[in-house]
Amino acid sequence: MTRNPQFVRDHIGIEYGAGGGAMRALIEQIFIGGMGKVEDGVGLAAMDDGAALRIGDRWLVITTDSHVIQPIRFPGGDIGRLSVAGTVNDLAMMGATEPLGLTCAAIIEEGFARADLEAVWQSIRRACEEAGTTVVTGDTKVMGRGELDGLVINTAGIGLTDRIITDKGLRPGDRLLVTGTMGDHGLAIMATRNELSIDTELKSDVAPINQLVRLGLAAGGNDVVALKDPTRGGLSSTLHEMADKSGVGIVIDEPSVPISNEARAIGELLGIDPLLVANEGKAVFGVRASAADAVLVALREHPLGRRAAIIGRCVDERPGQVVLDTGLGRRLLAEPAGKLLPRIC
Amino acid sequence: MENVEQLRQLKFRDPQRARALREALAAVVDRIDHTPVSVMHVCGSHEQAIAKFGLRAAFPAGLDVIMGPGCPVCVTDVPEVDEAVALAKAGVRIATYGDMLRVPGTAQSLGHARAEGAHVDVVYSITHAVELARTIDEPLVFFASGFETTAVATAAVLLGDPPANFSVLSAHKYIPPVMEIVAEMPGSRIEGFLAAGHAATITGSAVFEPFVAQHGVPVVVAGFEPLDILAGLVRLVELIEAGDARVENAYPRCVTREGNLAAQEQLWCVFKPTGGRWRGIAHVPNGNLRLRDEFAGWDARRRFDIDMSALWDHAPPALVGQCQCGDIMAGIASPSDCELFGKQCTPDEPVGACMVSSEGTCKIWHQYGGHPDLGPMAERRAS
Repeated sequence: MTRNPQFVRDHIGIEYGAGGGAMRALIEQIFIGGMGKVEDGVGLAAMDDGAALRIGDRWLVITTDSHVIQPIRFPGGDIGRLSVAGTVNDLAMMGATEPLGLTCAAIIEEGFARADLEAVWQSIRRACEEAGTTVVTGDTKVMGRGELDGLVINTAGIGLTDRIITDKGLRPGDRLLVTGTMGDHGLAIMATRNELSIDTELKSDVAPINQLVRLGLAAGGNDVVALKDPTRGGLSSTLHEMADKSGVGIVIDEPSVPISNEARAIGELLGIDPLLVANEGKAVFGVRASAADAVLVALREHPLGRRAAIIGRCVDERPGQVVLDTGLGRRLLAEPAGKLLPRIC
Repeated sequence: MENVEQLRQLKFRDPQRARALREALAAVVDRIDHTPVSVMHVCGSHEQAIAKFGLRAAFPAGLDVIMGPGCPVCVTDVPEVDEAVALAKAGVRIATYGDMLRVPGTAQSLGHARAEGAHVDVVYSITHAVELARTIDEPLVFFASGFETTAVATAAVLLGDPPANFSVLSAHKYIPPVMEIVAEMPGSRIEGFLAAGHAATITGSAVFEPFVAQHGVPVVVAGFEPLDILAGLVRLVELIEAGDARVENAYPRCVTREGNLAAQEQLWCVFKPTGGRWRGIAHVPNGNLRLRDEFAGWDARRRFDIDMSALWDHAPPALVGQCQCGDIMAGIASPSDCELFGKQCTPDEPVGACMVSSEGTCKIWHQYGGHPDLGPMAERRAS
């Protein structure tokens, strides 16, 4: 992890939550110190989607995620659905596609409407059903008016896996696949917030995708060598992390990257690249070239994977960097930085 | 409807046509007996498109496409920012575009003044500012920036009888005169100019004819889709090869020779060109647009006694001395020549104006990965 020399400032600005280099610096310089090493497993120091602890011949995967999205209800979902999908998907990204159970902690602002809370809980239940899991324990706190903004939800999840899939297994020649269109969640949220009051059909893609991922893993077997959900920081952040941890360069064929017409139009309007904003129901697969087609076919069989595509390959040049072949020329894909999208997941 | 729109967009982004144009560009560059062939564009939107679509990596090695002074926010000079900051600190309410908030003055930007308590509103257009003025009793000064395209909007508002508490602090600039400056710079290698299509919709392509006649270098007006830029470059280099100094319009779907005559009439009814400094470049005769005497009542410079002397007691921040924005805007340097680029100078913490504006070369390069010229790679296609 050499590409992040920046030093964390005396006060934590909003950019430290944006999923880019600043956030990595925060974790490396504050949180990891002296902790997080796990023998024969994955710990905090790996900065992966979750941890994996050895239990007999399997691994227990555990992950946690806090959700602070504004607005709480948005086109395509709400904070409840997001809380379940986020944690279920993080487990799946480590290979644990059958979550054993979730925890759910809610911190509620004084004055929050009971009906809104019930609606959030309903969507938590529905999302758990889709994922084939349930909430097994929880916690509730209420804070004074103005001490937080409405509702914060934290979920944690556990699951078992026979094989850990990390972000760092790529080597030159490997292919990269996405399970569907990029940028829908982030741009749908932006469209609701922007002062231009855009009229659009675009919806967040928020969904638990553990069953979709299971199909891909079953088809690819040991040839699936990297797996990550492109949430904060979008596809760009995910590819940079994969390239960096694996020590390879990545070349993306931009015309192959699936983007919905709505997301493309809103991105052009707001000047925001759909590759730099969050997805909440997608995965990026790194696969050995020989297995790429089989994984693609398997993913497309699932309703959430209809627009899956092979989007690029790994090369030995430019380790840690992501080159975008635009079809008209080439450039580096920038990592999201700064205040692009605070609080969207 | 959506499909029609998609087709319309894709027509100007078609990779096959782009390849044909790239090959044509390489062929004509090859035929020219010297290298590199140097051309300049004078528009941040051109650099945006070149960077976004990765065109710089696809230009022939023998072609040098130099970025010129094409960012109105970037060339707003320190004294102009100081005027706005001094007004704000004197308690006058200011409205301006978001980019202008962060452009550094001698010691402070408008953003700094706001952080210290000055009343500065960010607006998306001058009509926004006028609406705001109508809702308040106190004076509101609109700090106006932009080339002739934006100046027309300012002119239209002032001709529409804005409220009495509204006035304009004009930092508007006029592009044709600065092309003369750049063309006459000692050691200038510029053999042709790519002119900005949106500005030419107002001025018409004919505005460049006197320049071409005097300097003997061709000018091609080009649009902003990737194929517009490639087609404009092919034509420009063909004219250079032929030694044919003339103006050509490669953006005929928007630009005419005469331009928008009604807009021109409004522009010159309200503004007069005067000489003034452009940040980092030089004194540009006729490069600044200032309000005519008939509009003195809406001219903030005449309505207020602007005292900037207090600002000059502060030393500028230490890093400013190393900033290369001036040379970058004059086309002498590129962002990668600057020690600060991407390190001490980022969009979150800009040192120079080029890192502030979305039209600034440094901001554009940073947004699209830092270094656009990737050089050859062994494996080009992804799959």
